[in-house]
Amino acid sequence: MQDYQSSLSDPSSRKFETFSYLPEFTPEQIRKQIEYIVSKGWNPGIEHTEPENAGGHYWYMWKLPMFGETDVDAILKEVEACHAAHPNNHVRLLGFDNFAQSAGASMVIYRGKTV
Amino acid sequence: MAKTYDAGVKEYRETYWMPDYTPKETDILACFKVTPQDGVPREEVAAAVAAESSTGTWTTVWTDLLTDLDYYKGRAYAIEDVPGDDTCFYAFIAYPIDLFEEGSVVNVMTSLVGNVFGFKALRALRLEDIRFPLAYVMTCNGPPQGIQVERDMLNKYGRPLLGCTIKPKLGLSAKNYGRACYEGLRGGLDFTKDDENVNSQPFMRWKHRFDFVMEAIQKAEAETGEKKGHYLNVTAPTADEMMKRAEYAKEIGAPIIMHDYLTGGWAANTQLAQWCRDNGMLLHIHRAMHAVLDRNPHHGIHFRVLTKILRLSGGDHLHSGTVVGKLEGDRDATLGWIDIMRDSYVKEDRSRGIFFDQDWGAMPGVLPVASGGIHVWHMPALVNIFGDDSVLQFGGGTLGHPWGNAAGAAANRVAVEACVEARNEGRELEKEGKDILTAAAKHSPELAAAMETWKEIKFEFDTVDKLDVSHK
Repeated sequence: MQDYQSSLSDPSSRKFETFSYLPEFTPEQIRKQIEYIVSKGWNPGIEHTEPENAGGHYWYMWKLPMFGETDVDAILKEVEACHAAHPNNHVRLLGFDNFAQSAGASMVIYRGKTV
Repeated sequence: MAKTYDAGVKEYRETYWMPDYTPKETDILACFKVTPQDGVPREEVAAAVAAESSTGTWTTVWTDLLTDLDYYKGRAYAIEDVPGDDTCFYAFIAYPIDLFEEGSVVNVMTSLVGNVFGFKALRALRLEDIRFPLAYVMTCNGPPQGIQVERDMLNKYGRPLLGCTIKPKLGLSAKNYGRACYEGLRGGLDFTKDDENVNSQPFMRWKHRFDFVMEAIQKAEAETGEKKGHYLNVTAPTADEMMKRAEYAKEIGAPIIMHDYLTGGWAANTQLAQWCRDNGMLLHIHRAMHAVLDRNPHHGIHFRVLTKILRLSGGDHLHSGTVVGKLEGDRDATLGWIDIMRDSYVKEDRSRGIFFDQDWGAMPGVLPVASGGIHVWHMPALVNIFGDDSVLQFGGGTLGHPWGNAAGAAANRVAVEACVEARNEGRELEKEGKDILTAAAKHSPELAAAMETWKEIKFEFDTVDKLDVSHK
C-alpha cells in the first residue's frame, strides 16, 4: 500500500486541470495536441499567469487568440515566445470553439513553480 | 352548419382516426407502442388512445357541442408495424398545443400517460417518444445553467468530468462521509456525489452533511488548486423543505445541488431548477425509479421521453446509463438519448429509437452522467461513447481501490486524461485501450494498482429493453 502524497504545505500538490495528472508533455506530444486543435477548426489562444494568481478565471492573454491560424509551427512559436517573455509563469494553450462558445481544449504547456 | 346532439356511444375512429391529417409545426406529437386486446381493430385502438389522452370520454356528452371539439381533439394520424413483433403496433398522435399549460411537463404527461394507460381495450401501452414543438420548448425554463456555463464556472475544458458516488449508500456519519468526499476530491475528482436515497436520515441529518462536505470541498480546492463540487441531494419530503436545503447549500458556497426528479416529482423539480437558474447553482439529477417506468418493452414510458421531460423541467446533469457497466442500457438507444440531452437539434433516427425530429432551439444542454458498475478498464470505451461533454462517475471504481479513495480518484483521473490525449492524437480508444492504460500506469502506481484490482470484472448480460429494430 502507498500513501497518497498531497498536502496544503507541498506546492507540488497543485494541479492545472486537463492533462496535469500526466507527466509534462514532450514537444512531440504538444505538437499532436496542437494538430488536434487545428483539425477541429478551433482558434488557438495563449494565456499565462503568475502561479500565485492561477486560481481565477482570467489569466493574462498573450496577444489575441490566433483566429484562423492552422500552422502548427506558428502556434508553437507563439507558445514559446510567451514562455520566453514570462519564464516563471504558467502558460496554457486553449482551443476556442466559437460555435460552442467554450474552449474545446485547454492545457498548461509550461508549468511555473507552484505555490 | 351546427351539429345536432346524438346521445350514445360512438366508435372512437369516427372522430379521432384521421389518416389524412398533416401534423402542424406547433402540434405536440406522440408515438405510442400499442398492444391491443385480441380482435380490436388497430384504427379503433389508436383512435381510442388519441381520445382518452385528449378530449374524449367513453360516451357522447351534450357539452361537447359547446366547444370546437374538432380543434381540441387529439388525432391518431398514422399506424406502423413494430419490427419483429406482431402483438403490437405504433400509433402516432398529434395534439394541438393549447391542450397544454405552458411550461408544464406535469400537465403534458398527465394527459399523455394519464387514464389512457389503464384503458381496458389495451393489454399494454408504451409512450415511445414525444416531439415537443419549439413553440412549447420556449415556454419551459430548461437546464438552469447548461454545459458551457458549467465548464466556465468550474474551469474544466477538453475532457469528461470525473465524479464518484460515496458508498456505502447509507449509514455513514456526516463526519465520516465528509472524509470519504475529501479523499476523493484531493485525489483528482471534480465531483463527489450523494446517493439518491441520501436525504436526511437519523444517522446523518442533511445540515451536518452539508457542513462537513463543504469543508472537504474547500480543503481539496486549496490543496489541488482545482475547482471541486459535491452534489448535495436536497430531495425532501416536501417542496418547502427541499427549498430550505437548497438555500442553505447556496449560503455555504456549494456550487451544485442534486434532486431525484422522478421520486421527488416534476413540479418540485421544475421549481428547484428555476431557483437554480436564479441563484447560479448547478443542478444534478438522479433518475431513481426510471426502470419501473421504462424497462418493460411493451408498457410504460421510454427513457428518451423521460430525458426530454427532464431537459424541459430543468437539470444540468442526468444519469444516462453507461452501456458498459452494471446497469441496463442498449448502446444505440443510449447514444440516442445522449443526443437528446446535449444537442440543439436531433434528427429522427429509428436506428437509435428516435421517432421525431426535435428542435431544442436555444435551450441549454444536459450533461449525461455515466454511473453504475464502471471501473478504470471501462475508461477507453466511456471516453469513446460519451465524448468530452459528460460526467463519468465511478463509485466502487474509486472507493474500492486497495489504497483508498485518493488513490482510486488519481487512478481514474490519470486514465481519463491518458484516454483523452490518445483520442486527440487520433488513436482508436476501444481497440488500443489496454496499451493506452498500461503506458499511463508506468507513471502512476495508483493506476497500476487499480488495473490489477479490477482486471476480471465484467457485466455481460443481454439487454432486456432492446431497440425494436434489433429484433428484425
